[in-house]
Amino acid sequence: MKFSKSILGLAIAGAMSVSAVQAGEVEVLHWWTSGSEARSIAVLKQMVEAEGHTWKDFAVAGGAGENAYTVLRSRAVSGNPPASAQIKGLEIQEWGDLGFLANLDDVAAANHWDDVLPPVVAKVMKNDGHYVAAPVNVHRVNWLWANPEVFKKAGAKVPTSLDELWVAADKIKAAGYTAIAHGGQPWQDATTFESIVLAVGGSDFFDKVFVKLDQKALGSDTMKESFDQFRKVKQYIDAGSPGRDWNVATAMVIKGEAGMQFMGDWAKGEFTAANKAPGKDFICAAFPGTDGEFTFNIDSLAMFKQKNADNAEAQKVMAKLILSPKFQETFNLNKGSIPVRIDQDMSPFDSCAEASMKTFIATSKAGKGLEPSMAHGMSTTSTVQGAMYDVITEFFNSDMSSEDAVKKLTRSVKAAM
Amino acid sequence: MSQPIKMKPRLVDKIEYWLPKVVMSPTVFLTMVFIYGFIIWTTVLSFTKSRILPVYDFVGFQQYVKLFLNDRWMLALKNLAIFGILFIVICLFVGLLLAILLDQKIRAEGFIRTVYLYPMALSFIVTGTVWKWLLNPTVGIERFVQSLGFESFSFDWLVNPDMAIYTIVIAGVWQSSGFVMALFLAGLRGVDNSIIKAAQIDGASMVTIYSRIIIPSLRPVFFSAIIMLAHIAIKSFDLIVALTGGGPGNSTDVPAIFMYQFSFTRSQMGVGAASAVVMLMGIIAILVPFLYSELRATKNV
Repeated sequence: MKFSKSILGLAIAGAMSVSAVQAGEVEVLHWWTSGSEARSIAVLKQMVEAEGHTWKDFAVAGGAGENAYTVLRSRAVSGNPPASAQIKGLEIQEWGDLGFLANLDDVAAANHWDDVLPPVVAKVMKNDGHYVAAPVNVHRVNWLWANPEVFKKAGAKVPTSLDELWVAADKIKAAGYTAIAHGGQPWQDATTFESIVLAVGGSDFFDKVFVKLDQKALGSDTMKESFDQFRKVKQYIDAGSPGRDWNVATAMVIKGEAGMQFMGDWAKGEFTAANKAPGKDFICAAFPGTDGEFTFNIDSLAMFKQKNADNAEAQKVMAKLILSPKFQETFNLNKGSIPVRIDQDMSPFDSCAEASMKTFIATSKAGKGLEPSMAHGMSTTSTVQGAMYDVITEFFNSDMSSEDAVKKLTRSVKAAM
Repeated sequence: MSQPIKMKPRLVDKIEYWLPKVVMSPTVFLTMVFIYGFIIWTTVLSFTKSRILPVYDFVGFQQYVKLFLNDRWMLALKNLAIFGILFIVICLFVGLLLAILLDQKIRAEGFIRTVYLYPMALSFIVTGTVWKWLLNPTVGIERFVQSLGFESFSFDWLVNPDMAIYTIVIAGVWQSSGFVMALFLAGLRGVDNSIIKAAQIDGASMVTIYSRIIIPSLRPVFFSAIIMLAHIAIKSFDLIVALTGGGPGNSTDVPAIFMYQFSFTRSQMGVGAASAVVMLMGIIAILVPFLYSELRATKNV
């Protein structure tokens, strides 16, 4: 089977008169298994196969990829890692430090990755100064999703600052709706909290706290203020929120049971799946007080070192294809996110994606305001991220004071570093 | 001439001697490797610096120090103590009570026994999901009673961080007490009838007969029930993941969830391994003295 496939691959390669290219195989471990996600990744498969290589799909279903990740580790330990795996953020560095990842510098140089990727993004894809992974999309995390109908009935306007947010939330609550649809899971608590930190302290402060893990910033009054503001969210959520999945919370906004939700732009997929139009049936706005700032969450495929030269060649072809404008467009139209290339043609995308892209380009050009998301594993190792999750979620679900929370956060981050 | 006669039984003897060993050896081998071998491997890992992948960089007890300085671990231990004790005690009580009531030669006993035993056929994931809906204040029991007209009724334990661990006890007891009942019922049926008759002739009341004669004679059943329940409690993971996911916050965190998260999602395999070893030590510390006393007691009888 494998043999005949590679013969077929050779035949195709021959027919396309690409003389020196041998057909190789790429095995890709990913957890894009839901409908729209599977359609998105199938595009890459077709493109790789059109180049004459074989694609071996290694999809492991399950949530945020915990299952897939466990499988990946057992494969790596046994010395047989797949060609490529969906690894993101600082995990890329950890795998790189262990010496598992392949060098993609020649692909990157040939395709001008340094010019099309913002430096902050490129940094995440590099280990020790060398490209080892290819980004497939950018999600903006600091979004506010609102139901205009509910806002109208409550006489509230879409907030642009934290103060306005609480005013609007009060009005919606008084009108008998759940003001904020929230899912009480640690990562959702953290997602809301980091947006609040960005709103309270600005992007420089965000950078100090979540990227540099600066002890003084972590223990500062700005941090205390952030926790105080975060506590206020609790007054506006409903009793059923603990343990609720994010898409169920989004459904509350879609159905008009709740006024708004703080969530990354994957929430848009839920709105469009329910046949809602942006601007008309739902509003996407920057999280109050973070307009012009962009916390990103990037999915990427890291490339593992291959023993077989043909497979290594196929792997490089795939890396090139991932950053091609065509794949970026198709993938991100399906997934709800935006392309990573700052030179991408945005005309097929909707207004939310266009707004997102505008901020993405502006912040990357200004070199300011484009920040890696802590809640989504972009800014720190999973160890530090986990330590932060624990404190944030415990604070939100208990009556811990902001002073204690700041102290606890400082201490546990230090212990996890 | 005598040799060939001796040869035959010797071969049969040999087969008889070796056959069970040969047949059993794969099982023994697999058990040795996949249970005891991995216990040893985990213990070794707990003394290393392992993060994403196992590395053999030994750091002594550093991971254990980290573990016990972690607030979440201490909370997980506390939760396990609350859950474990309540779960075992309430299951024993409810199971025994149901068994005694069923033992009164009531009608349709077979049917009722099945009704009580049935939850055991469900996995903890199903139990957790069902109770999650029942206890959710916006769709479950609270909403139902309020819709009956009791507007002030409140039953929000699941979302109350101080009470959430008790809701897990409710679901766990619902699942496991039927099984305990079945154990006790079998035990009750095994009690010698003539002793009970003799007591009745002596004029003892039913209460006295149960509390002085029957229940004390169920000692071995208590023993098996406690062993079964204790290990369900210590390895409890699926029920809690389905019911609360460890939340609200970390309020229903238990050691098994802690171990899973630190080993597999937080790249701290060393700390995870250390927590697994501490869990094992906990089980050993409880079970060994218990087993020892029980086994000695039965030998003396």
